[in-house]
Amino acid sequence: MHETREVFRLFPQALQIAFYLVGFATIFYFLFGSYKIVQKYRKGRPAGRWNQLGARFMKALGTMAKHSTLSKRNKYVGVAHWLIFWGFVVLFIGTVIVALDHDFLRFMGVHLLQGKFYLWFSLFLDVFGVGFLVGLLMMAFRRAKKPPELDYTRPDLPQGKYDRKPYVTDDKIFLWLLFFIGLTGFLIEGLRIVGDNYPSFEVWSPVGWMLAHALDALGLSAKANTIFIYTWWFHAVMVLGFIAYLPHSKAMHILVDFANLMFKDDLAAKRLPKVTEEKMKEGMGYLKLTDFTWKELMDFDACTKCGRCHVACPARASGAPLSPRDLILEMRTFSEIKAGTLEWFMQAESNGWTNKKEPAIAGDVIKADTLWACTTCMACVEACPVGIEHLTTIVNLRRTLVDEGNMEDSLQDVLMNIGDYGNSFGQSDRMRAKWTKELDFKIKDARKEEVDYLWYVGDYASYDQRIQSISRKVAKILNDAGVSFGILYEAEKNSGNDVRRIGEEGLYEMLVEDNMAALEEASFKEIFTTDPHTLNTLKNEYPEFGGHYKVKHYTQLLIELIKSGKLQLKKKLDYTVTYHDPCYLGRYNGITEEPRELLQLLGVKLKEMPRNRTNSFCCGAGGGRIWMDDSKLEKRPSEMRIEEALALGEVDCFIVACPKDYAMYSDAVKTSGNEGKLEVKDVIDLLEEALS
Amino acid sequence: MNIIVLIKQVPDLVEELELDSSGKDLDREWLKYKVNEFDDHALEEALLLKEEHGGTVTAMALDGQDIDKALYAAAAKGADRVVKITGLEGNPSNHEAAKAFANAISGMDYQAVFTGVQSVEDRDGQLPVLVAHYLGIPHVSVVSGVKIEGDKAVVYKEYGGGMMAELEVDLPAVLGIQAARETPRYVPVARVRRAMRSTEMEEVSAGDVSGAAAGSEVARMFKPETGQGAEMLEGSAEEVADKIVSILKEKGIV
Amino acid sequence: MKVLVVAEHLNGKLEDITFEMLGKAKELGTAEVALLGHNAKDLAAQLGKADSVIYMDSPELAEFNPDTYSKGLKAIVEARQPDIVLVGNTSMGMDLAAALSVDMGMPLVAYAIDVAADKVVSSLYGGKMNVESAVSTPFIASVLAGSFPADAGRGEGSPAVEEMAAPDFGSVKVRFKQLIEPEGGDVDITQQPILVSVGRGIQSEDNLPMAEELANKLGGAVSASRPIIDNKWLPKTRQVGKSGLKVKPKLYLTLGISGAPEHIEGMKDADLIIAVNTDLKAPIFDYAHYGTTVDLFDLVPALTEKL
Repeated sequence: MHETREVFRLFPQALQIAFYLVGFATIFYFLFGSYKIVQKYRKGRPAGRWNQLGARFMKALGTMAKHSTLSKRNKYVGVAHWLIFWGFVVLFIGTVIVALDHDFLRFMGVHLLQGKFYLWFSLFLDVFGVGFLVGLLMMAFRRAKKPPELDYTRPDLPQGKYDRKPYVTDDKIFLWLLFFIGLTGFLIEGLRIVGDNYPSFEVWSPVGWMLAHALDALGLSAKANTIFIYTWWFHAVMVLGFIAYLPHSKAMHILVDFANLMFKDDLAAKRLPKVTEEKMKEGMGYLKLTDFTWKELMDFDACTKCGRCHVACPARASGAPLSPRDLILEMRTFSEIKAGTLEWFMQAESNGWTNKKEPAIAGDVIKADTLWACTTCMACVEACPVGIEHLTTIVNLRRTLVDEGNMEDSLQDVLMNIGDYGNSFGQSDRMRAKWTKELDFKIKDARKEEVDYLWYVGDYASYDQRIQSISRKVAKILNDAGVSFGILYEAEKNSGNDVRRIGEEGLYEMLVEDNMAALEEASFKEIFTTDPHTLNTLKNEYPEFGGHYKVKHYTQLLIELIKSGKLQLKKKLDYTVTYHDPCYLGRYNGITEEPRELLQLLGVKLKEMPRNRTNSFCCGAGGGRIWMDDSKLEKRPSEMRIEEALALGEVDCFIVACPKDYAMYSDAVKTSGNEGKLEVKDVIDLLEEALS
Repeated sequence: MNIIVLIKQVPDLVEELELDSSGKDLDREWLKYKVNEFDDHALEEALLLKEEHGGTVTAMALDGQDIDKALYAAAAKGADRVVKITGLEGNPSNHEAAKAFANAISGMDYQAVFTGVQSVEDRDGQLPVLVAHYLGIPHVSVVSGVKIEGDKAVVYKEYGGGMMAELEVDLPAVLGIQAARETPRYVPVARVRRAMRSTEMEEVSAGDVSGAAAGSEVARMFKPETGQGAEMLEGSAEEVADKIVSILKEKGIV
Repeated sequence: MKVLVVAEHLNGKLEDITFEMLGKAKELGTAEVALLGHNAKDLAAQLGKADSVIYMDSPELAEFNPDTYSKGLKAIVEARQPDIVLVGNTSMGMDLAAALSVDMGMPLVAYAIDVAADKVVSSLYGGKMNVESAVSTPFIASVLAGSFPADAGRGEGSPAVEEMAAPDFGSVKVRFKQLIEPEGGDVDITQQPILVSVGRGIQSEDNLPMAEELANKLGGAVSASRPIIDNKWLPKTRQVGKSGLKVKPKLYLTLGISGAPEHIEGMKDADLIIAVNTDLKAPIFDYAHYGTTVDLFDLVPALTEKL
C-alpha cells in the first residue's frame, strides 16, 4: 500500500461536511474569545515595551525552546513541561500539515503526506506524542503528591469563605482533556492499522502498531472500523472542545505567555515607573483597570497557577495575607468580570467585593492588608516562569492607598519623619554624621573637598547604634587603606528606595530632588554604599531623573583594595560561615559573587543555605515592612531564615552585607531563642579581624 | 456646618534648644518649626465632622516661618479655605494671637472653632479659651470626642485617670481639642504640592490687638536642673540582673 | 499677699492639686479657697490649712461646667480682690484660667512650677526649658500638678466658711450630662506596691507576657506609658502619666520608657525607680535611682529567673 494516510477515512460526505461546519464554528468562537482577550489589553495604558523587538523575540524564543525559566530549580517540572509543550507543538504542526495538505495543496496537485516524508512524519509525531503523554502523566503524578505550589489555600481569607474547587476543576480538565486527546489519537492510529490489516509501512507509527496488536489481542479487530469512527469523533469533539475552551480557561497561557515573556523588562520592578503628569491629575496610583499598562493586564492572564511565587514569597511564608499568585488571579477575575469574559470554571464570588457596584481595586478587590504585607523582595518576579511582574502592580496599588491615607499609623509617622527630617528615625538631620565623632580622624566633607569616592551612608548606617559601629569599621579600614572618600554629612537624605516602594511617589521625588542637589554640590568620581537599597535606587532609578552615577557596593570596593594590595590581609579566618544574599544586592542587582569572593579571600569556609543568590529568602524588612507592625505574623521571615542557616549544621557565623539585614537578623537570633548558637556578623567584621 | 481650625507653629523639640544672647528667649535662628500636634488633631476632627455632616473647614494661622506649607498641607487634607493673618510682628503672646484670631473670625459664618488644647509655648495661657472669651462665645477645652446634634455639640472632656465628662454646648462655640477620634491623616507630598498650585491663600489683617496682652514679661529662660541622675548599672544582662536583685533585697522589696 | 486658691473636686473628692496650691498659698500670704459646687460644703472641712473658704452653692455648679464655673469664679474674684489667683493647670483649670484673665483683664502665667509675689517660673517646651516671668499683682498663675507638696496644704481644723450667693448665670450655654468612668474591673495600679511599666521599647504586644511574668514574680502589676495605651495593647486604667494615673509604688521598674515629662509627672514620687533603656540619653535616667542600658529582652528573662 502507498505510504500515506487517508484523511476522513471511512467518513461519508455528510459527516465530513458536519465536521467542517463544527470545526469552523469552533475556530470562530476561539478567535472571538482571543480577540476579546486582546481587547482587554488594548484598554490599558502604553507600557513602552516595543523597543528592540528583534532582540526581545529572540530572547523569548530561546527561553521557550530551552524552558530555562521552568527548569530553574525544578528539573522535574522543566522536563515534564518540555515534553508536553513540544509534544503539543509537534502534534499541532502535524495536524496543520494534514489540513493544509487535504484542504489546499491537494487542489494544487501537491501531496506532502506520502512516501519518505510521511514515514518520518509518522515516527516524529508518534515519538512526540508519547513524550506528550509522559509529560502529562508526570504532571498528574506530581499533582497527586500535593506539592505546596499547588496548595490553593488563600492566606487572606479564612477557610469556608472562599471556594477553590473551580480552580481545581479547571486544572483537572486542562490536564485530562489533553491526555485523552493524546490517548485517543493513538487509539485511532491503532484502530486504523488493525482495520487496514497492518500495512507494512505503518511500523513507522510504532505506538499505533503496538496498540493495533493489543486491540487484536482483545478481539476487537472485527469491529475496528466501527470503533474507529466513534473514536475519531470523540477525539475531534475533544480537540474542538479544547480549542473553544482555550481562551476561557488557564489554557489561555498558551497564547499569552510567549508574548508575556517577550515583553518582559529586565529592569521591571528594579526601576519603578514614574507617575505621568496626566495621571497625577486623577491620583498617583491605579484606580481603574484602564490605569494599568497593557503589560500589567496581560500579566493577569499569563498566570498558570503554577504557585512558584506563592511558595517563594516571604510574606506568605510568615502568615501574612499576601500571596502574589492570588493577587494576580484576583486581578484576573476582576478584569474578566469587567470585560464580561469570565472563564468557564471561574467563580464570580470572590473575596466579597463582587457584591459592590464599584469596588475599589486597592482596598476592595485587593485588600489593603494584602498590599501592605509585601516586602518588595522580588522573589515572585524572579520565580515566575512566564514573566509576570507582580511588583509593579503592587506598588501602583499602594500608591492609591497612600493617596487615601490608608496605612498603619507607624508607617505614617515614618513617612512624616522622612519628609520633615530626611531620615526614618525622626532625629535631627544635623545628627546624621554624629557617628563619625568617635573616629580618630575626620571623614572628608565631599561638598567641600574633592574625593574619589562618595560614600552614601544611608539612614540605618547613620542613626542606628548597632550599625553605626559597622560604619565606623568601614571608615577606619578605608582610611587605613588610603582611599580618598567623603560623605555628604547632613545634606544626605534617605535615598528614597523604600519610600518609592511604599508608594509615596511625591515624597520620593522630593528626596531625589534634594539628594541630587546635594550630589551636584559635591565632587567625586564614584559612589559606594553599604546599603543595597540605596544602591538600587541610585543606580537604576535616579538616572530617569537626570542623576547618572557610577554606584558600587562596598564589598566590590573592598575586593579591589585587597587585590591591588592596598589592604593587606594578615591572617586567614577559621570560621565556617553562611552568607545571606541581600534581596536588593543579589536578586535585584545581580551582585552575588563578589561578596563570596571576598569571603573566600578571607579564608572562611562557606556553606550555602538552600535558598541562595537570586533565590535568597528575604529578611522581611523591605517595602516599608520594617516600620510596620509584625506582631500578627505567625513567624517572622528573619526567624525562618535563621533556622534555615542553623539547619546547615556546623555554622559559626551568619554573614550579612546590608544594614537592615544586620538589624533584622541580630534581633531574629534572639527572638527565635537561638542566642549563642549563631553569630550575626557583617562582612566588615570579618575583614577587620583578618586585617588585625 | 462650618468649622474654623486655628493652627499654630511651635519650635520642634527634636533639636536641642539654645538660648539667644539676651537669655530671655530661644535662639530662633536655628530653630525648626512644626505644626502644634494638638492642632493637627483639631484639624483632623474638623475634617471628619465635615465628612459626616457636610459644610466647610477653614484653616487659619498667624503669618510666620514656614506657615504657608502648613496651611497648604491643611488644604491638601481637605480644608476648603486657608487664611493667613498678617500684621502681628515677632513672637506674639497667646493673648494677642487670640485677639487677632477673634478679629478675623468675627466677620465669618461659622458654627465652631477648633484648636489644639495646648502647645509647648503657652506661657500666658492656652489658646482655645482665650479665643472664646475674645469672641464672647462658649467653650469647652480638653475635648476628646465631638458629636454634632443640630445646633448643639456633645463633647467629651477628659479628666485624669480615664475619667470623662459628657457636656452639651450651644453652637457657635470654641472647642480645645485633646485628641481627634482618629490619628491625624497622612497627606502625601504629591497632594501638598498640588494644593500649593491650586489653592488660594487668603490674607486677613490682624486688626487691633491692643488691650490683649500677656500682662507679664519674660525675665529669663534657663534649662531645668535635671535630677541627680541614675546610678548606672554596668555589665552583662546576667550581671545587671544580679545587681538589681541585691538592690531589691537591700530595700526589702523582695 | 492675698492669695485665692481655686479648689478642684471631682466625684465628691478634692483633688490633690487643691492642697498643693493651698500649701504654697500659705507660704505667700493669706490663703482663701474658692469652693464652687452644690451640697459640697462638707468638702470645706478638709481645707483646714486655709484662712477662709468662700463657698458658692448652686445646682448649676453641681458638676464642673466651663460656663457657670467661670461666671461664679469671676464673681468671687471681683468680690474678694485677691493679689494672686492660683488655679490648677489641669483640665478644669484650663477652662477657667484664661477666661478669668480675659474677663478681668488680669495677667495669666501658665505651667507654673513656682510662684512668688512678683514672679512665676513656668516649665515650657516639653519640660526642656524653664521660663521666669516678671509679673505684678493682681495676676493669675495656673499651677502644674506635682509642683508643690500636697501635704503642705493638708491640715486639721475647720476653716472659716463664708457663703457667697451665686451670680445670675444668665443664659448658660454649656450643660453637664454625665460622668463617664473608665472600663474598670481591671487592676488599680495606684494601689500596687510594685509596678513594671512598659514603653515603646517593648516593641510588640507579643512581648507583654514577659513583662507580666516579671511583675507577677515581684508581686506587682504591669503599667504603661501613653504609646502602649494608644496602641490599645493595655487598657487606659494601666496608663501612668499626666493624662493617666499618678502612682507612688515602692518599686517602679521601667522597660523601654524614654521618660517624656508627661510620664514622669505620673511616677516621679515612687520610692525606688529603676530604668531600663538602651538609649543612654533617655530623660528617664534623670529621674531614676538606678539605670541600665542593657537590652530589656536580655535582662527581663534573666531577672525573672533569679527572683
